Amino acid sequence: MDQVWLIPAFPVAGFLLLVLAGRRLGDPKAGWLATLAVAGSFAASVALFLSLRSQPAESRQITETLWTWIPADSFQVSFGFLFDELSAVMCLFITGVGALIHLYAIGYMRDDPEFPRFFTYLNLFIASMLLLVLGDNLILTFLGWEGVGACSYLLISFWFTDPANASAGKKAFVTNRIGDFGFMLGTFLVFVTFGTIDYLKIGEAAPGVAAATATAIALLFFLAATGKSAQLPLFVWLPDAMAGPTPVSALIHAATMVTSGVFLLTRLSPILEHAGWANDLIAWVGAITALLAAGAALAQNDIKKVLAYSTVSQLGFMFIAIGSQNYVGALFHMITHAFFKALLFLGAGAVIYSMAHEQDMRRYGNLRKYLPVTFVTMGIGWLAISGIPPFAGFWSKDEILAGSFNVQPAGQLLWFVGLATAILTAFYMTRLMIMTFFGGVEQWRSDAPESLPEVPDDVETTDAHAHDDLAHDGHGHDDHGHDHHLTPEHTPREAPVLMMAPLVVLSVFAAFSGVLNLPFADKLHVLEQWVEPVISGEHELPAAGVQWVLAIISIIGAATGVFFAYRVYQQRKVDAAKLERPVLANAWYIDATYADVVGGPGEAAFQGIADFDHDVVDAAVVGVGTGTGGLAKRLRPLQSGFVRSYAFGIGLGAVALVAFAVVRMSL
Amino acid sequence: MFTFTGSWYLVLAAAIFAIGAVGLIVRRNPLVMFMCVELMLNAVNLTFVTFSRMLNDVGGQAVVFFVMVVAAAEVVVGLAIIVAIMRRREGANADDISLMRG
Repeated sequence: MDQVWLIPAFPVAGFLLLVLAGRRLGDPKAGWLATLAVAGSFAASVALFLSLRSQPAESRQITETLWTWIPADSFQVSFGFLFDELSAVMCLFITGVGALIHLYAIGYMRDDPEFPRFFTYLNLFIASMLLLVLGDNLILTFLGWEGVGACSYLLISFWFTDPANASAGKKAFVTNRIGDFGFMLGTFLVFVTFGTIDYLKIGEAAPGVAAATATAIALLFFLAATGKSAQLPLFVWLPDAMAGPTPVSALIHAATMVTSGVFLLTRLSPILEHAGWANDLIAWVGAITALLAAGAALAQNDIKKVLAYSTVSQLGFMFIAIGSQNYVGALFHMITHAFFKALLFLGAGAVIYSMAHEQDMRRYGNLRKYLPVTFVTMGIGWLAISGIPPFAGFWSKDEILAGSFNVQPAGQLLWFVGLATAILTAFYMTRLMIMTFFGGVEQWRSDAPESLPEVPDDVETTDAHAHDDLAHDGHGHDDHGHDHHLTPEHTPREAPVLMMAPLVVLSVFAAFSGVLNLPFADKLHVLEQWVEPVISGEHELPAAGVQWVLAIISIIGAATGVFFAYRVYQQRKVDAAKLERPVLANAWYIDATYADVVGGPGEAAFQGIADFDHDVVDAAVVGVGTGTGGLAKRLRPLQSGFVRSYAFGIGLGAVALVAFAVVRMSL
Repeated sequence: MFTFTGSWYLVLAAAIFAIGAVGLIVRRNPLVMFMCVELMLNAVNLTFVTFSRMLNDVGGQAVVFFVMVVAAAEVVVGLAIIVAIMRRREGANADDISLMRG
């Protein structure tokens, strides 16, 4: 079976059906239709994956060209799919995790008046994402890239009646535009350099590329990746994107869309291999992003904000791996992260659902008594992300750290930053778990919302200008028109089974997906052997003994992080306020600085450009117009309307012509 | 014996042309102006025929036929326009018809 088009066809069909008949199907049938479409896509992916696996390793590649999309002389863009080892892996986890989240969303979005619209967007998102990973050329990937960006915008501002949600969507869109600019320039440069934008042909031509060109291409596509995958300096949109419904946060802003930058760079690994210092830059941007975001995560009180910064931080890990040319590590972490972060987000959604849409963790506490299933499944996610063996996150994170150790130059420092991030990760995730499920005190029973000390956290939740003029209520944005608020008498109840089932399935994967690429023997490197044919670039691993030492250090680090969080938040030996500094709560004021720069000198500069446009460019254009008009006014009296004077003019002209001819002849 | 050479005809044609040209400029009645145009055309025709005789080339005579045909067509259109204008307004003065002035 080689029908690659079937994979995106299911969600496209689901999207079209929902556009046409979504309202008529209503709640919950529209959701079931959308879920079935994604499940169908998953089934097609599995079938194609099996068919791919049955072929010998050298010919594991299914290409399918549906039609020529842009035929323009030497610039030929086909609407074609490339189903190889890399896109197979991507398709499997996108549709697999996607189907589970769709299922969850049927429960989560129940009774929302816009239920069908939500699933329409969700299916469109899956279709775009599949186009992104399946496209056999850069332009088709760009189509998917823009498609997921548009869906992200639509879904972040899904409850657009709240201005904060609408501006969060706008912020995500505008920030991503900056990255897209890099994508477009990168595509142009690839075409100019290779004369093609087809991945397979690029791969063939890449070994002959000049180092400077490869570096430029890598940097441009890395700019694209920093936008979509929320890295410095463009990460600021992701924490705000939590304004969207929680299934959206899980699907788009944790598991799938934000990893597309990692995918893109992996796809272009034949070029990156020759990109020289661009790789070091990628690794270091990833490392610094990972560290800063982890720092910001440990001072957030909104449960979704913690997870959002955590996502930024984990994506930083993936870029460390990309920069170390450890593409398998990046892909491995992308997959395990998709499982455990989707799990954590869905778990957070279940908690939010049970707590009357309260997102402030200071009002939780002791919830393990009320939400046992959520507690256990989220607990698995917590162990996975904290890097406790044998859960999935440990294996993938450790592979990235080990791969970074021998990078030249300063690989050890890279490894150390990664380790510090891992310790912080264990710390803030333990903090989240304790504040939510432990602590002994059921905070919502005692505290009225007003009595909570207000951390100045308005900057990172709203866009550049909104923080002056939008009333911010200090609560989460997921509060969508459900009038019931968290009251001291509230008794949390477990979310419906429709929401619990995906949690359970994901927790199994979060626990065991480490087996995809166990380090002990070459035979266990399943993922590495699978994707090796499509990935270029070599990274040097430390010697086996060093690897053991590094792994033990990172386990000790994770345990330390957990232990300290336990001391601070469970035993309360240290005042938490000393750790949760405003600088962390405001994510190092990066977003605020952007707002100040763009709002201050930036706005002045833009005004200057606008003035230049008005006073110079426009004035020149208008001047030509008024000049012509003035001249015409002077010349108009010549046209007197008297026929006889025209005749006189013609006569004079004729005489002049004859005289001219006679004089010429006589000379 | 006094003979009429070709130059006589040319001088006559020039005189007729001048009368037509001056009449076109001086007179205000559109019909008279129209007749002046015809005078000029026929003066040119006379020149053509004269040169045709003098140079022994029949081409000049052929051109005259073309001029006459075109003049006939022009008369049809021109007269129709003049009549239409006359119906719409009092009197017959070319200077009053100056709606297209700048």
